[in-house]
Formats: sequence, C-alpha cells, structure tokens
Amino acid sequence: MKNKNHLRWSEFLIQTLIRVLGFSSIGFVLLIFLFLLREGIPVFFQVSPTNLFGTRWYPTFDLFGTLPLILGSVLVTVTAIVIAVPLGVTTAVFVREVAPNWAREVLKPMIEVLAGIPSVVLGFFGMTLLAPFVRETLGFPTGLTAFTGALILAYMALPTIISVAEDALDAVPKSYRDAGLAMGATQWQTIWRVVVPGARSGIVTAVMLGMGRAIGETMAVMMVTGNAARMPLSLDSIFRPARTMTATIAAEMGEVAQGSVHYHALFGIGILLFLLTFIINLAAATTIFKKRRRGGLR
Amino acid sequence: MKRVLMQRVGFVLLGLLALVVVLPILLVIGAIVARGAQAINWEFLTAMPRNGMKEGGILPALVGTLLLTLGTAVAAIPVGIGGAIYLSEYARDTWLTRAIRLAIINLAGIPSVVYGLFGLGLFVLFLQFGTSILAGSLTLAIMTMPIIISAAEEALRSVPTEFRTVSASLGGTRWQGVRNIVLPQALPGIITGVILGLLRAAGETAPILFTVAAFFLPRLPQSPLDQTMALPYHLYVISTQVPGMPADVQYGTALVLLALVLSLNLIASVIRSYFRRRREW
Repeated sequence: MKNKNHLRWSEFLIQTLIRVLGFSSIGFVLLIFLFLLREGIPVFFQVSPTNLFGTRWYPTFDLFGTLPLILGSVLVTVTAIVIAVPLGVTTAVFVREVAPNWAREVLKPMIEVLAGIPSVVLGFFGMTLLAPFVRETLGFPTGLTAFTGALILAYMALPTIISVAEDALDAVPKSYRDAGLAMGATQWQTIWRVVVPGARSGIVTAVMLGMGRAIGETMAVMMVTGNAARMPLSLDSIFRPARTMTATIAAEMGEVAQGSVHYHALFGIGILLFLLTFIINLAAATTIFKKRRRGGLR
Repeated sequence: MKRVLMQRVGFVLLGLLALVVVLPILLVIGAIVARGAQAINWEFLTAMPRNGMKEGGILPALVGTLLLTLGTAVAAIPVGIGGAIYLSEYARDTWLTRAIRLAIINLAGIPSVVYGLFGLGLFVLFLQFGTSILAGSLTLAIMTMPIIISAAEEALRSVPTEFRTVSASLGGTRWQGVRNIVLPQALPGIITGVILGLLRAAGETAPILFTVAAFFLPRLPQSPLDQTMALPYHLYVISTQVPGMPADVQYGTALVLLALVLSLNLIASVIRSYFRRRREW
C-alpha cells in the first residue's frame, strides 16, 4: 500500500514537471516580449513620433528616423523572396515529383548542409568573394549592395522554403495525381495544374516562413549590404548599399551607453522586429493548423 | 507528341534549377576549404592569438564555442525533451495546447538578434549575470529549444501507439510507459534533433554579440561568469573590424567553424539513417 502511494506521488510530481516544461514555451515568448517592452518602451516617450518615423537615422545627432531601416529590411527581404520562391518551389517539385532516386539522395543532404552553414560564414563568403564578383560583373562602385545581401538571404531562406513546400506537395493525395494522369494529362501537366494548386496553401506557408527567416537574418546581411542608412526610393536602390533593422541593432548595440536614448531606440526596433515576425509566423501557423484539420487520403 | 516534348524540356529545366540551388553551396564550401586548409595547422588550433589576432591561433575562440555549446545543451535538452513529452504523450487537443504550438512556431521565428537583445535585457542586466558564458548559453538555449521540441515530438509520435497500450496493459503508469518504452524507442530521433539544434547554436553570432562575446581575450575562461571569445564572433571581428587581417587567418577560422558545424550535421544524419534501418517497426 505504501509502495503504491509512493508510486502515485512520484507519478504526480513527474506529470506536473512535464506539464510545466510543456507550458514553458508560452512563458518564454511572453518573457521575451516583456523584456523587449521594458527596455524599448521608454524611447516612445523620449523621442517624438515625427522623429521616430522620420527619414533620417543619425543617433549621434538625436535623429532616430527608423523609416530607412524599415524600408531597407523590406527591400532586401522582398528581393530575396523574389529570387528564392521560384527556385525553392521548382526545386521542391523536382525533388518530390521528378527527380530520380540518386538525385534525391544528393539534393536533400545538400539542402540540409545549406541550412547548417552559419550565417557569419555565408556573410564572410559574400564579403570576400561574392561582393567583388558583383562589383566587377555589374560595374558598380561597390559590391556591398542590397542586391548582394538579397542574394545571400535568398539562399538562406531556400532550405525553409524547399522543405515546407516539399511537405505540402507530399500531402497532396495520390488520387489527385492518378486522376490527372487518367484524364490523359502528362505528368508535367498534372504537376502544374493539379498537384501544385492542391498544395497551394502549404506553399504559401513555405513562402511566409522563408520571409520570416529572411527579415530576421542579421550577420550575413550586416556584412554584405554596405550598411548605409539611406531611403531606398529610387529604382537603382537595389544596387546601392542599404541597411536593415537587424544589422542596425547588431552593429550599434555594442557601442551605446546602457539606458541612453539610443539604447532604448535599438530595443524599440527589436519590438518592431518581434511583432513583424510574430505576425508572419502567426499567419503561417494558421494555414498549418487548417491543413491539419482538413486531412485527406494519401 | 508536343506535350511529351514539353514535359521532357520541363523536367530538364527543373533539374537545371535544382543545380542552381546546389552549385553555390558547393562553391561556398569548396572556396573556404581550398583557401582555409593552408592556414590550419596544430599551432592554429592550439595557440593563443598574437599580434592583434593576425598571428598565432584561435584556441580561446574554439574553446569558447565548445563551452557555449555545452552550456546550451545542459539548459536546452531537459526543457526541450520535457516539452516534447508533454505535447506528444500528455497534452490533449485543447486551445491551450494550440497556444503552446503557436508559441513554439513563434520562438522558432524570432530573429536571432532579438534573442540577443532579450538575453542582454534579462540575463546580463536584470539577473546581473554580466556578459558571461552563463548569460550567452541561456540565451542560445532558449533559441535552440523550439528546434529540439519539434524534432523530439516528431520522434516520440512516430513510436506506434501499441507500444503504449502494451505497457499500460501490463499495469505500467503513463510515465513508466514513457520512460521505459517510448523514450528509448524515440531516442535516435531525439538525439538527431538535439544535434541539429546545437549546431545552430554553435554557429550563431547575433545572440552572443551582447551577452558573452569578447572582442579579444587571449586566455581561457575560468568560470561560467567569465566572458569568452567565440568562433562565429571571432570570424566576424577579423573579417570586418580589424584592418590588414591576413586572408589566411580569416579563411582558416571560417573553415574551422564550418568543419565543426558540418561534422555535427554529418553525425546527426548518420545516427538517423543507421537507426532508421535497424528499426523494427
């Protein structure tokens, strides 16, 4: 009897512990947000909104206009996605639908390797080899441009896009493919008119997760985009230096005095980044949940 | 016949696009291996940096990264696996469980530099750990956790339900079933996930920028509250902050970091394929 009681107690303790660990993820998200707010909120009282959303970021002159940084992030991210999505989706289609076994055995580990390469190594490669190449082939004064950053970012987003898109294609029931082929369509036609449209929502998720990855990337972007906080308004902005929100935080946080306006402003950018990625991931997650509920025959 | 021709051309095109994805990866690795290999010798791996980091070795950065990875493992593995056990074995499909999943997806998506800010705010300043290995490891651990949870949950879920039913029918409690049956069966998958998480932590720079990394500190750390150099940050420093840095040292450092991360990657996939073949269900 005593033994049984003991068993019940340890079972209860372990169950409680596991439950706490299970809920810890929510706790961490809240904790992160709380501490970003704690250090970032003061900037909204110290700096006027017109300054804060102005077009000039010169902290030494008390100019904290975040607009060039936000637009810099948008420019680099959108360009990266424009490059990465066609490449990623076609590669996923190739791996899932077309590739012979040996090609799949080569491609999948390679993509995993790409996902594992540290961003600082890609940044280093971008600085030392890609940037000079871009400068010489396109004839610019500098190779450290938004375009160079976007190119690196595109490859960093690719593993995410490919693997999520592949899962989405995998979830399209086999009966869809059979029906397509039975109607006399070629495999090529079936892929693009039946399978890919069937995987649409998953592919959208893939694109969003890739975008979230790209907008939050820091080191590689900081090392190759040239870091000039200018408004990217003209058409050739993509081939000029740009500066992102992430790079600004990483480059400047080391040098600011703790508790200064500049310090709080960098945390303010952190809040913005947190909210942006939160919204992107929330949107991606809802499509994931929807898919799970719908199910479907394989 | 036009359709068949179109299909053939299309497939070739898809293959070429896949090549566009793969070739740059080989190019990056090839370039870094080719130029970095010259720099690497015993002294490079085991000596302190000298002469403004332009000579000598990278020992403190290497040791720092190993210590940070170890610290991350100690903090992230129990929490990550515990969280996964909850989601796979205990949680029912309620709104709370869905909130947990949402939280995990969001944790996985938070930019690494924002983790750095958070670590600075909570561990370095609020809890007064200072810029230290402790603060850096904990920051990296929270960043790594969602990767471990997702991988471990998938591994646990792939264990067939019958295993749990049999354990329960023999009079085992739920935890006994998890500990003695499900967890051992899922272990290879969990280990793979843990390694993949840790290699991310080992290669990250942004979260350690303000929480632990020292620009130049030519001695080994003595306690968890010490600062340390770390490989990724060291590579960043010598390639952007120090003028006149010999390219050999830069490529050598990049190669050591790349080799560390890719060998972890290799170990993970070897474990995965080895146990997948030996699995009896």
